[in-house]
Amino acid sequence: MYKLFLRGLISVLFLLGLSINANADFKVGFVYVGPTGDHGWTYQHDEGRKAVEAAGIKTTYVESVPEGADAERVIRQLAQSGHDLIFTTSFGYMDPTNKVAKDFPNVKFEHATGYKREHSNVSTYSARFYEGRTLLGHMAGKMTKTNTIGYIASFPIPEVIRGINAMTLAAQKVNPDIKTKIVWVFTWYDPGKESEAAQALIDQGADIIMQHTDSTAPVQVAEKAGVWSFGQASDMQRFAPKSILTSIIDDWAPYYVERSIAARDGTWKQQDTWHGLKEGMVAMAPYNSAMGSDLVKEVEQLQKDLASGKAHSFTGPIYDQKGNILVAEGAVADDGMLAGMNVYVKGVEGDIPQ
Amino acid sequence: MSFDLNFIGILIGAIMASSVPLILAASGELITERSGVLNLGVEGMMIIGAISGFALMVVTDNLFFAVIGSMFSGLIISLIFGLLTQSLLTNHVATGLALTIFGIGMSAMIGKNFVGIPGKEFPLLFLNLKESIPFLGPIFFGHSIILYFAFGLPFLTNYFLKKTKTGLIIRAVGDSPTSASNQGINVTLVRYSCILYGGAMCGLAGAYLSLIYTPQWIENMTGGRGWIALALVVFATWSPIKVLIGALIFGGITILQLHMQAVGLRIPVQLLSALPYIMTIIVLVVISRDSRKIKLNTPTSLGQIFYKEK
Repeated sequence: MYKLFLRGLISVLFLLGLSINANADFKVGFVYVGPTGDHGWTYQHDEGRKAVEAAGIKTTYVESVPEGADAERVIRQLAQSGHDLIFTTSFGYMDPTNKVAKDFPNVKFEHATGYKREHSNVSTYSARFYEGRTLLGHMAGKMTKTNTIGYIASFPIPEVIRGINAMTLAAQKVNPDIKTKIVWVFTWYDPGKESEAAQALIDQGADIIMQHTDSTAPVQVAEKAGVWSFGQASDMQRFAPKSILTSIIDDWAPYYVERSIAARDGTWKQQDTWHGLKEGMVAMAPYNSAMGSDLVKEVEQLQKDLASGKAHSFTGPIYDQKGNILVAEGAVADDGMLAGMNVYVKGVEGDIPQ
Repeated sequence: MSFDLNFIGILIGAIMASSVPLILAASGELITERSGVLNLGVEGMMIIGAISGFALMVVTDNLFFAVIGSMFSGLIISLIFGLLTQSLLTNHVATGLALTIFGIGMSAMIGKNFVGIPGKEFPLLFLNLKESIPFLGPIFFGHSIILYFAFGLPFLTNYFLKKTKTGLIIRAVGDSPTSASNQGINVTLVRYSCILYGGAMCGLAGAYLSLIYTPQWIENMTGGRGWIALALVVFATWSPIKVLIGALIFGGITILQLHMQAVGLRIPVQLLSALPYIMTIIVLVVISRDSRKIKLNTPTSLGQIFYKEK
């Protein structure tokens, strides 16, 4: 019996050894915060992963990984199981990613939307979603009848606050009377809660619904209530064909392919990437013709100007809620200020949750 | 912002709609627990109900089949739990947890083909009355049939447990399976039936989400509501009417806190987000202080494995 057990153990160890050897191939791992079927944020990251796979590189992914202790365990497991490059695709993975990176100097890490690069094998990347928000704000300011824009926010982090500010500034420019009502739901993904938030905003008089959460529930509520809405992360048009004016699309595929190939060929270097409309990391879904061809043309022009650098989402003068100047007249906000943005601009109601 | 009477009516209507899945799942689980079985698989059974309902709606294009099918699949998956805990005498807690994990994974797998398909309009009753009567209209009319069923269910459950012979048998089995068995009651059969009933109600609760509340299929769309339903049963001290009250408070404060945010009240948002949980617990603890009644309602053998000695 004992011998049998020993023999079994040896064969298991042998197989384990084999599988470790088999891991010598170059492999890329992805960690997702939601399910790949969310049709929003994670869905787009997975589209990027598929592009890497299509480029002939092996990939694996783990979906619905909560931000926090679980994330560290998953990232560590990916690193241990022979992945050479690991993309961690949510803000809350920032500290776990850096922690694991310290223990695996030979594995490359890419963290989305964060700012910490504590070790030389950690890069960060993000998209200038706020450029898309500027376009949304322009449309919202023109389309609203009640002058009330409803905004479903997830967590009070710079990326979300930047979006609220960019949208509000653009909307104020075309319609000085607009009010932005914000509801924080403290989740990236909970269809039920997101639709309750959308309904509450509509009941409070908002006739434009915007979301910084990942499910398609809010646009469907907007469709039913007959108000305008905007899709988030991927083209959500078919969920609310009448209501959606456009969607902000995150296109990670080119970046993922480029970085994966670089890591495979040994040319990968630490960097901080922040691409926008210009590079195509942020794209806009087709504009809804219901807003009239004049407005469509206007928005298309603004989109071109933002891409070429002729226009900037944060052009001064910009004031905070108390009236202190944030960006002087004629100047634009620099990337450092944008990356750490933690105050509302003038015209946004309420306080940022601390 | 308007705070006229009709607006409050609309608000109450929204609160009622949001508490339906909690009422259904908690009422089902309550019967299961009263028979002495602790099924922690509520979340898993709900999500299976949600995907089966939605999938059947897409495939058959018939909402009636979808609703019945969701209840049936909830029943089937609870049958697995029944087989394990009642026939193979496994631990209730571990099996229930496994059922939830299984349900979430299984639903995601089945659901792969149903992601991104828009749902179908579910018929709402008395829509003209909702529009024409101010205040009371939006409260009482313009809801789906499942909502009316859900609001009747706690009263029916209460009557069933207190006034009928079958209800008495279920309670007897939950309090002392050995004595019940000695009286000639088939404890295993009673518990099986209660488990299956609980499964069917959880399935229906899931279908309410995927067919009516947020008509679409998205992975993990129950979002922890199964766990809240479970907690409600305990905090309501196994009383159906208190389950109803608890579900309404939870749904109510969830919606109200969103409105408070939208209005721009200067209350810390984190506190507002925690409010539904805190308030539901406080209220239920306060209204169930009577320790004599708690003793009366608590199924003494909850979660214990029973087998008949031969």
